[in-house]
Amino acid sequence: MILAAVHPVIPNFGGGSSAFACERANRLFCPNWVSRNWGTVLWPALRQHIVLTVIAVAIGFVISMALALLAYRRGWLERPVMILTSILYTIPSLALFELLAPATGLTRATAEIALVSYTLLILFRNTLTGLREVPPEVRDAARGMGMGSTQSLLRVELPLAAPAIIAGLRIATVTVISLATVAALIDNEGLGVPILTAISNEVFKTELIVAGAMAVALALAADALLVLAQRVITPWTRVGR
Amino acid sequence: MNDFVEAFKFIGRNGQIPGAPHLPTLVHLTLETLKIAGIGIAIATAIGLPIGLWLGHIDRGSFVAINLGNIWRALPSLAVLAIGVAFLGLGLRNVELALVVLAVPPIITNAYVAISGVERDVVDAARGMGLTGFQVLMRVELPLAVPLIFAGIRTAALFVVSTTTIAALTGYSGSLGDIINNETSYHLSGVLGAAICIAALALLVDLVLSAVQRLLTPRGLRLGGGQKPAPSLAPVTEVA
Repeated sequence: MILAAVHPVIPNFGGGSSAFACERANRLFCPNWVSRNWGTVLWPALRQHIVLTVIAVAIGFVISMALALLAYRRGWLERPVMILTSILYTIPSLALFELLAPATGLTRATAEIALVSYTLLILFRNTLTGLREVPPEVRDAARGMGMGSTQSLLRVELPLAAPAIIAGLRIATVTVISLATVAALIDNEGLGVPILTAISNEVFKTELIVAGAMAVALALAADALLVLAQRVITPWTRVGR
Repeated sequence: MNDFVEAFKFIGRNGQIPGAPHLPTLVHLTLETLKIAGIGIAIATAIGLPIGLWLGHIDRGSFVAINLGNIWRALPSLAVLAIGVAFLGLGLRNVELALVVLAVPPIITNAYVAISGVERDVVDAARGMGLTGFQVLMRVELPLAVPLIFAGIRTAALFVVSTTTIAALTGYSGSLGDIINNETSYHLSGVLGAAICIAALALLVDLVLSAVQRLLTPRGLRLGGGQKPAPSLAPVTEVA
């Protein structure tokens, strides 16, 4: 089995053989290269990166939400879950991707398992903290209004925990976007692919800079989007400031 | 499963492959990884800690400190390394620069949050006792803030160890990441062995640093029924 990244043989790089002077000289930024390769290299990589991220955060969210709700009801669960997710979180991404590869192959599934494992600690911790920070008076008031525990959870406690949960989602999303670049090593997709290609092609600078900047921009954009989402979902946090 | 047995044999042989020419030993590569990471974290602490402490002490610049933490999260380490390679070329300089860029923000943010979070009453009492601004910082605010400040350094250190291994992908050789980047010579067993070493190294570093953190925590805080959990919004942890 081959574990190293499979570099595409398509000549998407400049370098010595290019017909363009800027690329032969390997200048920092060759706009012409970007426009020629946007449709075939950069845009597909960006799209794959977004798909990888969305899947990982969605699965991570469902798992951590379930774990957090369980731990909210049964306090003893918190410690084991925290220990396990902390260990997963501490393992460097490069190592985790490689360790999973023999079991699940050089597939998107392997990449997703690793990425999901990095979201768990953040999402679990933030959700549980958010729920625990709901003032007891509020819970009592909900009970006094005749709500059962499920109703109180859905209509009172979860909405009040939403800012903390979304804060967790922000960190998790940005983290996954960052780590998904390394996933290119085992799963040949995402913005890590052009970066690794550029490195192996005589360190082609334009591709390095553009792909790197796209990864940073994607993370910043996702973060901004989630801030916006929080404002829409929890309008009350803005009132009374 | 057999792959993993072979991986442990590879570790047992200290990173050598039977029948192949002599390779850098695992011990050597591990120490190199620690050295590169150590230099990075030392420079980052030297830069970030004074800034964070000062900002926290004068209780200004929260916008800068907090947003720095937010923007930092958005920096994929591979992308930072890649952009660095484009500007500076391959080499230790580029790797260390990337490490410092990635490690400074969490140190500043945590130091800021820690110092500015020290209770106002305590600071006022210290001032009332006639302590100067610098004395307040060193004798009152710093000891109380140590756990959270150190948590920032610990986060940065893990991030740096992890990024050091990723640097191998950008062509810098001299860390455990080399093995992972060179499957042709090391085969699957070597790659897995190196991955196990990297994971173990990170867990060990975290364990050691958490012990140091406990030692640095003033006894008064330790007796107080355990640490307060870090606020959920403060940027305290991150991975690479």
